[in-house]
Amino acid sequence: MVIYQLKDGSERRVDVPAGHSVMLGAVQNDLPGIDAECGGCCACGTCHVYVDPAHYGRLPAVEAMEDDLLSGVAAGRQATSRLSCQITMTPALDGLVVRMPERQG
Amino acid sequence: MAEGLVIVGGSYAALHMAQGARENGYGEAIRLISDEPWLPYQRPPLSKGFLAGKIERDALALKGEAFYRDNGIEVLLETRVSAIDRQARTVTTAAGANLRYDGLGLALGARPRLLKIAGADLDGVFYLRSLADTLALRERLARPLSIVVIGGGFIGLEVAASLATLGHRVSVVEALERLMARVLPPVLSDFMAQMHRGRGVEVRLSAGVQEIKGDGAGRVASVLCSDGSELAADIVVAGIGVVPETGLAAAAGLACRDGILVDDAARTADPAIVAAGDCVRYPSAFTPDPCRLESVQNASDQGRAAGAALAGKPQAYRAVPWFWSDQYECKLQMAGLSPGHDRLALRGAMAGGRFSLFYFRAGRLVAVDTVNRPGEHLLGRKLLAAGASLTPEQAADESFDLKALLAA
Repeated sequence: MVIYQLKDGSERRVDVPAGHSVMLGAVQNDLPGIDAECGGCCACGTCHVYVDPAHYGRLPAVEAMEDDLLSGVAAGRQATSRLSCQITMTPALDGLVVRMPERQG
Repeated sequence: MAEGLVIVGGSYAALHMAQGARENGYGEAIRLISDEPWLPYQRPPLSKGFLAGKIERDALALKGEAFYRDNGIEVLLETRVSAIDRQARTVTTAAGANLRYDGLGLALGARPRLLKIAGADLDGVFYLRSLADTLALRERLARPLSIVVIGGGFIGLEVAASLATLGHRVSVVEALERLMARVLPPVLSDFMAQMHRGRGVEVRLSAGVQEIKGDGAGRVASVLCSDGSELAADIVVAGIGVVPETGLAAAAGLACRDGILVDDAARTADPAIVAAGDCVRYPSAFTPDPCRLESVQNASDQGRAAGAALAGKPQAYRAVPWFWSDQYECKLQMAGLSPGHDRLALRGAMAGGRFSLFYFRAGRLVAVDTVNRPGEHLLGRKLLAAGASLTPEQAADESFDLKALLAA
């Protein structure tokens, strides 16, 4: 399960299957706040999320391409910024909390 | 006003039209008519991650079923529209049903250009456009094969990269003297050719294809090139461009010229009909003449504009065009339209595999291509949207802060 904190302050809990990305979980459940224009190939920077600081350390490290793209996200990069298309769900990530940024484009 | 909207098409443009109409307050029924058996899905992975088996089918859907339900969008699958009657405001399906509309959206897409050589109908000749195409090709890839790709453009090279990575023996045959010649400058074409050759792909340039030879049992056996040489082939994949689907519109009397003609808000001359995506030619701020683009970005953004027009709130579509192609570990991204440039500046070193090319026409920035620099791609789109003043010398100077141009 992933807990998405939406821009209006509400929270949505979604069962995202292992192997699917956190981006896909949001898009296929029609959660507002993630655009994912490129569909998840780390090309557009519109699936940006802020990972809850308490959970950030559970994620695998940011790879070079994602790091480069994060430098250009619309809402401004913070210490726990990630692209949700690059976070693949595993049982170990159950309960992950992510917050939608102010804007994606 | 009770018949609602009919949108013909089942991909990005159709989906975004429906979404654009709802976002602009459209309250009547919306029916989306697709001749495919699946809800709208991502197409780019069909030649990349999905072909290579890295992405599974349930990850391809653009939206979950809840989206269509929550937005009141009824989707009719496996339904082909055979005619439009503009006077009666109806579309007729191949099964003979008539659907009335107040507003009609055409998102008809494009179809692969077919090979016109002997042997083109042999078993083992593939085109890639739909999920069905890729599923059929994937079924044949269980053992290592010799594969000849005809066409060194986006689709051909992505297929070549995906299949070479899977361990197949791949050749690319391109009629022009360099790869992706329609969209890339020679320096990038050479970079791509070198990359493919470095992965063991045989790249043949300025090479025509004369015939596909069969094995006597109806299956592909080899490809005969114009120079008389022959390439053994278990599979042939042709990626030689697409033809816009304009037949339905032309038959209904809508103006077409290699694309359905629309204005900058995606409207045809018929006030009840809009069109968007690969099937459309429109006036763009980025080209001197009306242009037709084949991309996810265009289908999505123009589709949104078309949806807004259907909702009675037309808005100009002026987004910067952008494209991407993933081949091996190379992420090529294009912003703006580079053809017609008179100068280009290299930022970074090509040898390192991470660099950008900035294109200028008459002193103005017109396009930015990046290789493995997605952040600079985003920046390039912003610079183009803002019409930022940049010189080739500044672009080539890595110590020059491009972001500062946007803050000013």
